[in-house]
Amino acid sequence: MTLYTSTVVTPRPRSRVWAKIGENTAYAIGLPIILVVIWGIWATVAPAQFFPSPAELLEAFVDTWIGPAFVTDVLPSLGRLAIGIVLSIVVGVVAGTLIGLNRWLRELLEPMLEFFRAVPPPVLLPIAVVLMGPTDAMKIVVIVIGSVWPILLNTIEGVRSTDSVMTETARSFALTRGEHLRYLVLPAASPRIMAGVRQSLSIALILMVISELGYSSSGLGYQIVFFQRNYLIAEMWSGILLLGLIGILLAAIFGLVERRVLRWYHGIKEVERA
Amino acid sequence: MATAAAVPAPVRRSPRQLRTLRKLALGAAGILGFLVTWQLLPTLGLVDPRYFPTATETLAQLGQEMRDLEFWRNVGRTLTAWGIGLVIATVLATVLGTVIGLVPFLRRATHTTVEFLRPIPSVALIPLAVLLYGYQLQAALIIIVFASFWQVFIQVLYGVADVDAVARDTARSFGLSRGSRIVNLVFPTALPYLMTGLRLAAAVALILAITAEMFIGNPGLGREIVFAQSAGNWPVVYALVIVTGLLGLLINLVFRAIERRSLAWHQSVRGEEVL
Repeated sequence: MTLYTSTVVTPRPRSRVWAKIGENTAYAIGLPIILVVIWGIWATVAPAQFFPSPAELLEAFVDTWIGPAFVTDVLPSLGRLAIGIVLSIVVGVVAGTLIGLNRWLRELLEPMLEFFRAVPPPVLLPIAVVLMGPTDAMKIVVIVIGSVWPILLNTIEGVRSTDSVMTETARSFALTRGEHLRYLVLPAASPRIMAGVRQSLSIALILMVISELGYSSSGLGYQIVFFQRNYLIAEMWSGILLLGLIGILLAAIFGLVERRVLRWYHGIKEVERA
Repeated sequence: MATAAAVPAPVRRSPRQLRTLRKLALGAAGILGFLVTWQLLPTLGLVDPRYFPTATETLAQLGQEMRDLEFWRNVGRTLTAWGIGLVIATVLATVLGTVIGLVPFLRRATHTTVEFLRPIPSVALIPLAVLLYGYQLQAALIIIVFASFWQVFIQVLYGVADVDAVARDTARSFGLSRGSRIVNLVFPTALPYLMTGLRLAAAVALILAITAEMFIGNPGLGREIVFAQSAGNWPVVYALVIVTGLLGLLINLVFRAIERRSLAWHQSVRGEEVL
């Protein structure tokens, strides 16, 4: 039955496809456009002191961030963010695998890990500053210390919950330790690890901003506060916009990487759902 | 009969008891090991003892703080901001999430807007909050609500959309009214998601409550940390950091317990960490 209908439908797909694309685009950009228009009208009818119009914001954005500021303020911030994220992933996954595979170690460390995870990361900033000085290394360390926990704890959970039948199968096939890790433990833990990484990304971004707020003389976070203190309202908003764009970029990159790493997993899920 | 039942019970339970005991002992050893390491680092001069007080010094300071009424007032202020922010965010997110999640048109129309607003780090709004409200509680609330709103909202959105198709069709063919469907079908389906969102939001709200106090300067534990740091009073800084950690731990435990309690009928159905 379904087979027949599908062959019948195929002759007239062209207009349907375009209609579909048009509809999707309308849904995707409809509300943002409406909101921007309302915002623009609002800003011209009743100009508020702290809320610039969309045009002013765009102008400030181009003037402020496209040019030398991109190199002196944005790129270093992004570099620290990237190094911090990569380090947290490496440290989190390596330590998490070790702790997850070793029950003794896990039970020894569990209460301390629970405590450290619960410490709000920004409170570590004053301590990091006095111990390491206002350096790049300090900012990276703060990012790593704050964002490593979700990855570490999720890796431990993921490694622990490796299917026992698979573990025993691997043992009876006499896999070496390295093969066991490479082909069984890490893939089995990867959905959990990726969920942890997703949580870490937003923490890392928050810490990138915070580490530049009080103890720095350059960087994105510093610039936004500088604009606010000098009542450069449109410039301040443009900084907030830029941070939002960085957040979206991070989420998009993460989505791509996740789809690639967890291709097999999504495949299984789809089969299960069907 | 009663004695016969009582005799095998301890035999059956003892391996588990042993395991729990072992876990407790190892956990305690871990904490002790951490404290000893902490004590030794400054004592042996591996880090500067001026900026890194010993464990005993810090814990003594903590004991002293706990006898101070002002300390408890600050704990109260932080938790007040946390609580108000969390309640506002949860109510807003539940209402909006349910409405948007139930109407496919709204869900599609808001998707890009949500995906654009959600990744904005809430600390980016600190300058705006300061401009609008200065040092007041409202400034902190903006940051807290913005951050924790999304945690709950996204979960509710998924939860409401997750209603089992067969259950929905069954409800419809039994002629359940719209209200009854929401109460008996949508709500139970979305509840686990809401609870997960609430737990995540509670943790995030505490982080931002303290961040706001540190960088906006409304009174609370965060501001005390900054004050103690500018005064060079490092034992107080470390003691307060421990307090914030303990608060976070307490909030995690309480919300995990609430989650487990309210979902006793549902716990095993889905993994809780996967978002």
